[in-house]
Amino acid sequence: MNELLLNYLPVIIFIGLSAVIGLALLVAPFLIAVKNPDPEKVSAYECGFDAFDDARMKFDVRFYLVAILFIIFDLEVAFLFPWAVAFKSVGWFGFWAMMVFLGVLTIGFIYEWRKGALEWD
Amino acid sequence: MTLEIAFFYLFAATAILSAVMVISSRNPVHSVMFLILAFVNGAGIFMLAGAEFLALLLIVVYVGAVMVLFLFVVMMLDVDFAQLRQGFLQYAPLGAMVGGILLIELIMVAGSFLVAPEVAGSSVVPFVEGMSNTEALGNVLYTRYVYLFEAAGLILLVAMIGAIVLTLRHKPHAKRQDIAAQVGRKREDAVEVVSVESGKGI
Repeated sequence: MNELLLNYLPVIIFIGLSAVIGLALLVAPFLIAVKNPDPEKVSAYECGFDAFDDARMKFDVRFYLVAILFIIFDLEVAFLFPWAVAFKSVGWFGFWAMMVFLGVLTIGFIYEWRKGALEWD
Repeated sequence: MTLEIAFFYLFAATAILSAVMVISSRNPVHSVMFLILAFVNGAGIFMLAGAEFLALLLIVVYVGAVMVLFLFVVMMLDVDFAQLRQGFLQYAPLGAMVGGILLIELIMVAGSFLVAPEVAGSSVVPFVEGMSNTEALGNVLYTRYVYLFEAAGLILLVAMIGAIVLTLRHKPHAKRQDIAAQVGRKREDAVEVVSVESGKGI
């Protein structure tokens, strides 16, 4: 087994442990909880009310805009990682290449800001 | 080595099963969830192949961002589940054709390594012992492939402007806070002392 994968062994163990704990928390109530259902007990309590309609309604398109703007800046950051790691070897050329890239996206950012896309209403 | 193989089969089997569930589950939201599972397993396979940076990027970008977008799209569509099922057989040949083309391409890529094994050695990114994955990518991305890199920036710019143009609809009379106007307000603009004669209004 190579060294790279050994570094990630704790991650796998961690995922396995969290899966076990999560499943245990889900399954344990089914097995050990006392269940005596009664129409009064399962009805909505005092100031609660029964649902008027389905929760699966249309979402506002503005959520989509927020998500897509998030993805763009997420990708921008993803491009920054290898640049930062290889910063010494790419030299000034690589530095200015990244500055042009960031400049292009800053134009977009200014546009977005001026249009008010970051405001909710 | 056997542990690696065991993990490979675990990731591959889960990826294939969840990919099948993506197209066969009734609820589109469940489909998106299974797609997330498929991506995570794909990241696991990348990791086993030694592509550390790509594996984590797959999780950050695809699982973290693209899937959120997919969920929003699915929720925005207001889908009628029964109606969606109807077209399944109708689209099946088209889907099979796209899948077939992808399969042929994959076979051709894998076949080129069999026909000409020296292809892997003549890669433009020489594999240096001890150099991390991220560093190897960074060394070529900002120098050799700088035009593609800048093109990626332009594509992101177009995507940003396109999304704003298509979806940004401000309410016409929404009241917004303008901090500059708020701070720049003077007493003389806002308050006025008026002497009113008694018995008369203003």
